Amino acid sequence: MDIHEYQAKEILASFGVTIPRGGIVYSPETAENKAREIGGSKWVVKAQIHSGARGKAGGIILCNSPLEVAQATDKLLGKKLVTNQTGPEGKIVNRIYIEEATDIEKELYLGLVFDRSSESIMVVASTEGGMSVEEISKEKPESIIRSKIEVAVGIQSFQARELAFGLGIEPELISRVSDTIVGCAKAFSELDATMVEVNPLVISKQKQILALDCKMSFDNNAMFRRNKVSELRDKTQEDDKEVFASDRGLNYVSLDGNIGNIINGAGLAMASMDMIKLAGGQPANFLDVGGGATPEKIVKAFKLITMDEKVKVILINIFAGINRCDWVAEGIVQALKKIEIKVPLVIRLAGTNVDKGNKILRESKIKYIEANTLEDAANKAVAVLKK
Amino acid sequence: MTVLIDKSTKILIQGFTGKMGTFHAEEMIKYGSNVVGGVTPGKGGQKHLDRPVFNTVKDAVKNTGASASVLFVPPAFAADSAMEAADAGIKTCVAIVDGIPSHDMIKIKRYMRRYSKNEKMTLVGPNCAGIISPGKSMLGIMPGHIYKEGRVGIISRSGTLGYEAAQQMKDLNIGVSTSVGIGGDPINGSSFRDIIEKFEMDDETDAILMIGEIGGPQEVAAGEFAKENMKKPVIGYIAGLTAPKGRVMGHAGAIVSAYGESAIEKVEILKECGVTISKNPSVMGETVKSVLEKI
Repeated sequence: MDIHEYQAKEILASFGVTIPRGGIVYSPETAENKAREIGGSKWVVKAQIHSGARGKAGGIILCNSPLEVAQATDKLLGKKLVTNQTGPEGKIVNRIYIEEATDIEKELYLGLVFDRSSESIMVVASTEGGMSVEEISKEKPESIIRSKIEVAVGIQSFQARELAFGLGIEPELISRVSDTIVGCAKAFSELDATMVEVNPLVISKQKQILALDCKMSFDNNAMFRRNKVSELRDKTQEDDKEVFASDRGLNYVSLDGNIGNIINGAGLAMASMDMIKLAGGQPANFLDVGGGATPEKIVKAFKLITMDEKVKVILINIFAGINRCDWVAEGIVQALKKIEIKVPLVIRLAGTNVDKGNKILRESKIKYIEANTLEDAANKAVAVLKK
Repeated sequence: MTVLIDKSTKILIQGFTGKMGTFHAEEMIKYGSNVVGGVTPGKGGQKHLDRPVFNTVKDAVKNTGASASVLFVPPAFAADSAMEAADAGIKTCVAIVDGIPSHDMIKIKRYMRRYSKNEKMTLVGPNCAGIISPGKSMLGIMPGHIYKEGRVGIISRSGTLGYEAAQQMKDLNIGVSTSVGIGGDPINGSSFRDIIEKFEMDDETDAILMIGEIGGPQEVAAGEFAKENMKKPVIGYIAGLTAPKGRVMGHAGAIVSAYGESAIEKVEILKECGVTISKNPSVMGETVKSVLEKI
């Protein structure tokens, strides 16, 4: 789960990280006042969407008066911002963060991630802040320093100090930079984060250490014990169909193609999508209804797929393991009594009681194309499209 | 594979009396697994499925001599249960459960470092189908009847894609020595490399089919291990050719976030390691067959 920049900053501030003064607004009218309340003579108006690279997309505007702040807010609110991370449809701006402008002397990069090789939490830092970590790894890999956190004891001060010295920080600022690193690491560990990225972490001309931009993501699997964090979810930043799916226990990812698919198991779903592509088609989605593929899940899956207007054919591929194909077939038949499908349907069943399952489908009144193997199903789905 | 389970392996069900635990314990017993009892805290002393229930794993191990366990406990309590099994001397533990927080997985792995290599429990999963040695024992939730007894090892992240492979092999009259589902989470108990190493030592296995997917470094690490250390042939398939970068594809671990984690990149690296690649998921069985013919 992702959260907004301002939310991430509030969290980090509660862990002792210094952030520029700022406030959130939802309308141009309140923006002007908010700017005065924050004080100073320059402000940054920042569109709050779940994406990086907002600056290049016009989502961050520097203003010289409260009136300009109101105008910038008016310009951004309600707009869809397209960045290189949002996809062509962009993300809607419903919240604006107004922040005092910072006189930047130096920009650093600070990130915390799960490192899957060492199976630990890794702190990554670089002197090349302001660029994305991918760009840094490509262009200035030698600037990157890392430190592994021992989960049993958490980050130690010496580790943070080593990182700070490694970044070439001047001696009088070392303790404040290391406090910032410790604060971020504590937030990561204590809140079940999967990513904390402060980019840039800046040293201002006034020698303040400030988190100027911040991204945080959290482990969905841990939200049961993170009430406060889960309240920060903003569904307006997510794909409607993906929200519908996640609220109903389905794993769904919206894609660009026109072959909708309903599959049980994430690996089989990816494999089926691969087969569609190899057969010359494009999948409209990834959808895993779970290993069990219960009739209830299949009904929900049909509802979800039919919400997508791009879908011109639906491919169902179920490998019945502990459940049985006859039961899955009954589920499909029941589902189709409740939902009208206007596009061709290709069904491939495999595994336990496959013959019984196919018999039920054949004897039902549903119109569909039967397939035997993964390859057969993908070929038939693509062939139907070409007709 | 006797290093993990065999016909006589005594098995405990953790979360025995729950709905999931009960259903799958029955399936395992039907398959012939030697389920000797289970653990549900607070229900010790009762009988369930004609087998004793214990309050703690220690009690259960002491009274039954069990050396393997399978977890059917909710994700919030799974880490605790896995560590309890490790501490009680369980040698092989399978965590079926999907949804264990990653921070908990890191803690489990850190906790297990307190045991010496010989005393360390092998944790398989979470978010996996478990282990089956066809005709011998099943420590998991797979449909036993799709596996034919034989001499090919399967390691798969995905449950259903592993079933697909077993079925394709069965249709070609190829059997399985052991199939291990290592699960779809970013941090798991046993990696591809851990299990492939066990298969190399297993004298019941002639070749290994490794079914990976996008995300993480594990498939490549196993390929490099195979290149350096293995005599047995390895066949591979990587799912997720069409998966967009930066999106989680169902499995929490199936996300491309760094170089070498996409399906195309993994396939290229595995080929360089001498792994025979199944060019699509429909021909996993045929690819295994062609490799077996060359042995």
